[in-house]
Amino acid sequence: MTITNDLEVEESRSVSPSDRQTLASGAGFTVLLYFGCFFGAVTLSAALVQATGGSATEVFGALLDGSVRARGRWGQTLGISVPLILVGLGTVFSGRAGLINIGQEGQLYFGSAVACYAALRLGDSAGWTEVFPGPLVLIFCLVAGALGGAFWAGIAGALRYWRRVPEVLTTLLLVTVAAQVVGYGLRKDWLLAVPRDGSKAAWRNISTAQLPPDQRMPRIEVFGNSFPISVVIVLAITAVVTVVLTRSVWGFRLRMLGLNSRTAHRAGVAESRYGMVAIFISGGFAGLAGAMMLTGGDFGNYHLTPGFSVNIGFDGLLVALVARQMPIVVVPTALVFAGLRTGSGFLAATGVEREITKIVQAMLVLALLIPPAILFVRDRRRAMTATKSRT
Amino acid sequence: MGSFFTAMGDVLSNEVTFAGAVRFAALLAFCACGETIAERAGTLNISVEGMILGGAFAGACGYHVTGSVSIGLVCASASGFLIALIHANLSHRLAANTFVVGLALNILVLGMSAFLANYVKPSTRAAHKFGIPVLDDIPLVGQAFFYQPWPLYLIYPLIPFSWWLLYRTRWGLEIRAVGENPQSADVSGIDVNKRRRQGVYLSGLTSGLGGGYLILGQIGRFDDAMVGGQGFIAIAAVIFGGWTFRGAIAGCLLFGAVNSFRLSLPALGHEANPEFLSALPFLVTILTMMLFAHRTRQPTALAQPFIRGLK
Repeated sequence: MTITNDLEVEESRSVSPSDRQTLASGAGFTVLLYFGCFFGAVTLSAALVQATGGSATEVFGALLDGSVRARGRWGQTLGISVPLILVGLGTVFSGRAGLINIGQEGQLYFGSAVACYAALRLGDSAGWTEVFPGPLVLIFCLVAGALGGAFWAGIAGALRYWRRVPEVLTTLLLVTVAAQVVGYGLRKDWLLAVPRDGSKAAWRNISTAQLPPDQRMPRIEVFGNSFPISVVIVLAITAVVTVVLTRSVWGFRLRMLGLNSRTAHRAGVAESRYGMVAIFISGGFAGLAGAMMLTGGDFGNYHLTPGFSVNIGFDGLLVALVARQMPIVVVPTALVFAGLRTGSGFLAATGVEREITKIVQAMLVLALLIPPAILFVRDRRRAMTATKSRT
Repeated sequence: MGSFFTAMGDVLSNEVTFAGAVRFAALLAFCACGETIAERAGTLNISVEGMILGGAFAGACGYHVTGSVSIGLVCASASGFLIALIHANLSHRLAANTFVVGLALNILVLGMSAFLANYVKPSTRAAHKFGIPVLDDIPLVGQAFFYQPWPLYLIYPLIPFSWWLLYRTRWGLEIRAVGENPQSADVSGIDVNKRRRQGVYLSGLTSGLGGGYLILGQIGRFDDAMVGGQGFIAIAAVIFGGWTFRGAIAGCLLFGAVNSFRLSLPALGHEANPEFLSALPFLVTILTMMLFAHRTRQPTALAQPFIRGLK
């Protein structure tokens, strides 16, 4: 078969009316598939609630009350979505480069500890230097958090490219190590702990000193809802990330690396360099999320405490998994996940355990994995039959 | 430094340390048996963590309902298989990213078992210990290996059985072929994704059994934080062992020993930083992987999905 013949076949295929019909039904099929899987996940979760003696409608109402309807709740949902969006955006970077970073929880916690340390040392007269003005300390604090998170992720990245240790293991194992390192810092006066007068009882509630008001993130009040201005900052960051990832050469190369490292290698993309930068950014975003949590006021009341990260890192990771490496989709997904988190506070009245939100989240991730996979397999099958019929 | 060596000597001459090491290592070994096969077939199966927890929960429920440890273990293994079923079909039938599936399953199982444990409230206790005559009289390690709760003894036949399966059967040969060069395996008529699914199933069966052992042989009371990263350490043991059974078991014993060491050091009255001790198993795991991971040759197609016609 000659090339011209091939082209003719191609052309006749692309304009045939029957093909156009399947294309249209294909788009409908896609939408149907996504909705089907979404409702499947929700229905399964609801069935679980019913089966264990709860009422699914009550649970749904409570979740809605707790996240949006009740007074002052949507402000809180917005505040909680901030670190989720940041962690999700960071994960998009590493995911695009083909890296599996699952240790955001540790990177976030370590970042928040570094941020707290910076705030304590720079903004306190007991620190090394002159007292900086509050807003400047706030900015330093955010930068320090990002650097801390980047460092923690960088360990896993270095092990990946230097010693070929799978990053999927090291990032996760480092979560526990981060918790212990910060726990150590929280016990030591010269690191994070509030200097105490040595009484034994003081050890019971370990925490750092509270950030003074001028070092906190300013908060916006709307109709009795208050949220930190980091909400606005995060939206701006999302826009920047979207442009960088989809419209820049660097973003293109990153994607090339993730999709086919061999092609990327031939095209002159150094795997270790781009991969390291991606994992640094990923950790940096997690660390920044930690710093924003500390200064934003929705978590821990401006203290750093043991367990400060409250699974935000893992939730943010799930957000990124649902968003499938698309930065724009991270925002609505993070809002939904933040809503589940704030809504779960209202579940006690219904008598259903709050773990149900965790189940819903994981079910959503699994369910939304299915449609693209099915579509991919279907397209492959079509391509195969097309090649077969041509030869 | 001197006090460090006396502490080490103290710990290493203590039978309890050895018994603890074997108990921890057994859980890792249960998982490592299946995980080695799954990884030789090309799946870096990170849902092991969830499989252990699911197994532990199902084991607890099985025991709670029937009062029989054996039925509990069967339930545990079956629940591991169930998780493997979801994982394998999503990642090796539908070609979804195996890490994403594994991670989501881990979190799903964590949520499920915590949610259902509050509803069922399973009451369990650890199985009785019994000694294997003669062997348990060996000084120092005899008690450790041969005076344990009976579910632990399942690991002794399981290891040679998995070895036989992987190296002495046609099926095992195909599994290894699929992990090394899926394209060639496909051309020679092996259903690549089917073999990979079967690898994950096996991993689910043994990891679930490991979970059953954890609840009914070691801890005795269900708690949703009981696994605490052991699944990931088991994966690290497989990598440490260079994807052979001998090496993986050595890795399990090493990591088990570290875990036991960290618990018996304070118990024997030696002072040590508690945070350092808690982080020790993870630090040792990372350090050993740093030293050994690049020396061994991994299965060539590890963690690469197989889709016919794409390379």
